[in-house]
This record gives sequence, C-alpha cells and structure tokens, in this order.
Amino acid sequence: MAREAAVPLELEEIRPPSMPVLRRVLLLSRQHPLGVFGLVVVLGLFFCGIFADVVAPYDPQAIDQDAILEAPSPSHPFGTDRLGRDVLSRTIFGARISLMIGVVSVGFGIVIGTFLGVVSGYSGKLVDTIIQRFVDMILAFPPVVLLLAIITVIGDDDSAFRKFLSNNTPLPEGSFLGVPVFLDIFVISVGIGIAIAVGSARIIRGAVLSIKENVYIDAARTLGASDARIMAHHIFPNVAALVVILASITLPIAILAEAAISFLGVGVPAPTPSWGGDLTGRNYQAALEGHWWPAFFPGAALSLVVLGFNMLGDAFRDISDPRLRGGPGLGPSSGPGGSRGSRGL
Amino acid sequence: MRTYILRRVLLVVPIMLGVSFFTFLTFRIVPGDIAQLRCGIACTPETVTALRHDMGLDRPWYEQYGDWLGGVVRGDFGRSLGEGRLPVTAELIDHNRLAVTGQLLVMTILFALLLGIPPGVISAIRPGTALDFSLRLVSVVWLSVPSFYLGILLIVFGVAWFGWAPPQFGTGYVSFFDDPWVNLQQFTFPSLILAVGSSAGIMRLVRSSLLEVMRDDYIRTAWAKGLRERTVVWRHALKNALIPATTVIGLQVGALLSGTVVVESIFALNGVGVYILVAIVSRDFLVVQSLTLLFAAVYVFSNLAVDVAYAWLDPRIRYA
Repeated sequence: MAREAAVPLELEEIRPPSMPVLRRVLLLSRQHPLGVFGLVVVLGLFFCGIFADVVAPYDPQAIDQDAILEAPSPSHPFGTDRLGRDVLSRTIFGARISLMIGVVSVGFGIVIGTFLGVVSGYSGKLVDTIIQRFVDMILAFPPVVLLLAIITVIGDDDSAFRKFLSNNTPLPEGSFLGVPVFLDIFVISVGIGIAIAVGSARIIRGAVLSIKENVYIDAARTLGASDARIMAHHIFPNVAALVVILASITLPIAILAEAAISFLGVGVPAPTPSWGGDLTGRNYQAALEGHWWPAFFPGAALSLVVLGFNMLGDAFRDISDPRLRGGPGLGPSSGPGGSRGSRGL
Repeated sequence: MRTYILRRVLLVVPIMLGVSFFTFLTFRIVPGDIAQLRCGIACTPETVTALRHDMGLDRPWYEQYGDWLGGVVRGDFGRSLGEGRLPVTAELIDHNRLAVTGQLLVMTILFALLLGIPPGVISAIRPGTALDFSLRLVSVVWLSVPSFYLGILLIVFGVAWFGWAPPQFGTGYVSFFDDPWVNLQQFTFPSLILAVGSSAGIMRLVRSSLLEVMRDDYIRTAWAKGLRERTVVWRHALKNALIPATTVIGLQVGALLSGTVVVESIFALNGVGVYILVAIVSRDFLVVQSLTLLFAAVYVFSNLAVDVAYAWLDPRIRYA
C-alpha cells in the first residue's frame, strides 16, 4: 500500500505519451548539444577505463631508453616522458585508475552516507544529534586537509586498517586488472569515500525528514512494521532517486579529489599512471624545460572529464526542470545547483 | 538577534573541541609516528624511545591533549614535533604564514566577486543571446579545470612562450604595507588561479537568481515607472539577486582553504596550507591539530557571518 504512494520520478511525469523514444532522444540531443558532448566524454572515460589494455598502444610503465622526451609524433601521439614511457598510454591507464577510485569511493561513500542519513533522519532525537554533530565536525575540515589526513593515517604501511585489508580480504597486494599497487588505490578510495559519506549523509537526512512526515509512514507503523522495515521498505525507496543523483554528482568530485591528492604526493604512488600524479615531479620539471607534453595531456584529460560531467549534469537538470523545457542551447538557466559544480576541491 | 549570535558562538566550542580531539585521536593511532620517521631506518629501538620521551609522546594521551588544549586557551599552540621544534604560534605569525594565507584568501574572494558578478549580470539580462551562451560556456570550462592544472599551465606556458614566470617567493614574503607593488605581483597570480573556479560558480548563481528576480512584479513596476535599464538591474534587481550569492561565498570558504593547500604548493608560497601539508606527511600531529583547529574556526565563523549577513540583507529573515 505504502509503495503505491511513493512519489514517482519527475522524469516519468514529463514524458509526452505519444512520442517515440528515438525521436525524443534526437530532439533532446539537438536541444542540448553540450549535453551530448558531455555524454560522449563520460562514455569515453568509461570506455578507456574499462578497455585500457586494448586501447592503449603501449605498456604505460614500459621504459624505452631510445625514446626519451620525444615530442608528439605519429608513433607516440602524446609524446614520451623522461623515462621514454608513452604519454598516451599513461593517460589512458590514468582513466582506469581515476575510474576505479571514482567508482569504489562513490560506491563506498554513498552506501555509508545513505545508511547514516536514513538512520539519522528517521530516528531523530539522540541518534540524530550524535550523527549530525559528527557530520558537523567532519565538514569543518577543509576537504583536501581531511583527505590528506585520512589517507596518511589509514594508508600508513603499518596501519591497522591496511594490515587488516591485506590479511583478511582477497584483495591482491600486487597488481589487479593491470593496475599495480591495488591496495594503495583501495585505501585512497576508502578515504575519499569517507568524505563523500559525510556530505551525502547530511543531504539524505534532509530528504528523509520530510518523507517521514507522510501518512503512509504512520500507516506502516500502525500496521506494526518495525523501524528497520520502515526504513528499508518505505523510506529508502523514496530517497533512491536522490541517491542516484548524488552518486552521479560525486563521481567527478571523487576523480578530482584523487588527482588533487596525487598531485600533492599523498595519492597513487609514483610509477602508476595517475592524472594528478603525472602533473608533478619529473613531468613538471620537464615541462619547465620546454617539454610540456608529459604533464599537459594527463591534466587535459582530467579537465575534459570534469567538463564532460558538468555539461552532462547541466543538460540533465535543464531537461528535468519542466519550467525550462524547450529552451535553446544549454537551456535557459543553469540553476543554483550548478554553482557548486564539481569543484569541491 | 544578539542571543542568536551568542548561541551560535557557544555552539562553536564543542565543534572545535571535537575537531581537535578527532585529529589528535586519528594521528595517535598511526603506528609510524614522528619519532620513527625522524630517526630513519638506521635507528635503534632505544633511540626511538629516547626521542619519544623527549617529545613527550610517552605520556598518557589525556595529559598530552590536556596540555595542548590548556596552551591553546592561552593562545599558545605548542611546539612542532619536527626538526628544530619550532613553536607553532611563531611559525604562524613571525614567519608570516597567517599573513600569506590570509591575503591569498581575501584577494581570491575579491577576484571571484569581480570576475563572477558582472558576467553573471550581463548573461542574465540578455538571456538566449550569443553573448549569454559564450559566457556560460566559459563559466562551465572554468568550473571544470582544476586549479592545480591551471597554475601549472600558467607557469609552464608563461616560461615556454613568453620567457616569463609569475613572480614567486624566491625573495620571501613582502608585506603589502612595505612594498605594495611587489606584494601584489606575488599574490595576483595565485589568487587569480584560485578565484577562477569560484567566480564561475558565482557567475552561474548570479545569473540564475537574477533571471528569477527580473520576473518579479516590483521589477515590472520599476520598468513601468520608466526607469533606465541600468537602474532597474543594478539598483533594484541585483540587490535581491545577490542574497543567495552571499551564502555560496560563505560555503566556498571551506573549498578555498583546500585550494590554498594546492595553490601555495604550486607557487611556493609559504603559507598555512603548505605548513599543514608538510605536517600531515611527516605525522607532526601537534601542528596538524593546531592548524585544523584554525581552519575549523575560519570555516565555522564564516558560516556564522553568512547567516548574520543574510538577516541583514533580507530583513524578512528573523532568527529567534
């Protein structure tokens, strides 16, 4: 009974009943060319990330003494770095690392955040106060500082968390899916995930506060449903759409976060290709001496991916906001939500 | 209003206590502590123990935390555990770290407003035109390029193409009051780089809220009175449209503090951001704990300032 009362997704409401799907998609893509661009970039990221070993022309870690700091050419379209490694291949594998960290940290963060948000919002009183004061405290840290601290602490070679991971999980210590130092990457993802969890817990709690005032929640309680059942079957389905939106917003933020901390030297360890890490150290030195390509392309890929996510997000918001339908180009308005952008860092 | 502010200020205390205790606790559980790191591999267990004793790390945790907290109340942040054991307060004030980061933040916010509001207004009063479209395209791009990449591009291509490098801190910090010209040279580029993202956010926000306000009845009245466009937009509409922007600026302080860590390390500015980065990496938790306390204070008080400014800008809002 309560399930029927669930609020349907807005997207379903605005769909004109008679128009065929294909025509609708074509129409939308003509109205939102930048959204299409964003979609292409995001799909490209997933494609490069998943099929990195097929797409990349070289091994990203293969050192070639005969091709040191070669300028971009047909055989090395993005040139080579100081050790003769192919920059294009490193950029493509960087997509895999970014994607891995992005997906794992968002998955981890959103699951925990949703749990905390639903419990906090539904329970109210003491539980809510404790969780929210904790969230307040964590949010008072500047995000990069928080990440640096978490990752330094849990990523330490002797940390209990790391030992626990390598002893109690099947996670390989060495390479996994062609990604070396997988454990490091997992630790970084958990760090970013914690930050995401805290932020999303606050937002989801807000939504839960209004959902729990609905009559169907009272009805469920009257019928004798337990708190756990109400949270799982009546509250959660109603925040599910919000959870999906949060996940899509936080993915580029997680990718940026990884790049930022790798740039600061605390993220993905050196030989592994990483968009942030490849901007520093030797590549940066090389760039100052005029060999700009090893640092330029990874950063460009990072910026392009974030741009793609932002444009896709803008288009989605314009499409789903009925007041703005039929507008030109980017849609007539970039709502206030866009102002936060994917720039948490 | 006064009671509201007082209550909010009192609420700050538990948050700050929590932040500092959380930092303290987190760094306490790291096994690789600073004594080990400073000692290096060639160190015997005895030397490590002696070093730990020197630093007071072998005392019970409540004594360590209590001592530090007692110092903070008296305005003394304790001493770094690193080489030389410099007092944190001296690093912050005598070595100008606070001044560097403070000026960076202030200039960044100024640039963000300067670069964000005018394009937002132009874009909103000519919606749907090519100008609007290009301004918005530029803002999405600015929003997407991370500041560390932008900083590197500026330095690298400045050197490669023009033989020009943004003035860095080779000569050390020069106070604005001693030599404004040199000081501005040092700070203009770092703060511009940091401001770009925020300004894009502000531009988008100003645009959308101004678009909304321009549909209001009182704006139609203003047009009907025959006021010039300039007066309608800048005097009547913008005042109300800027209210949401103040919130965002307040919220961005946290992000900007993060940005200082990154930008300071690119431009070799010796500010608080670099200080905390080094402290975290070397497990110098006394410094980390003092600086996070400082950051949290800035963040909490800027949020408070936003709420107060809100009530001042919009008299309909009342805080009980």
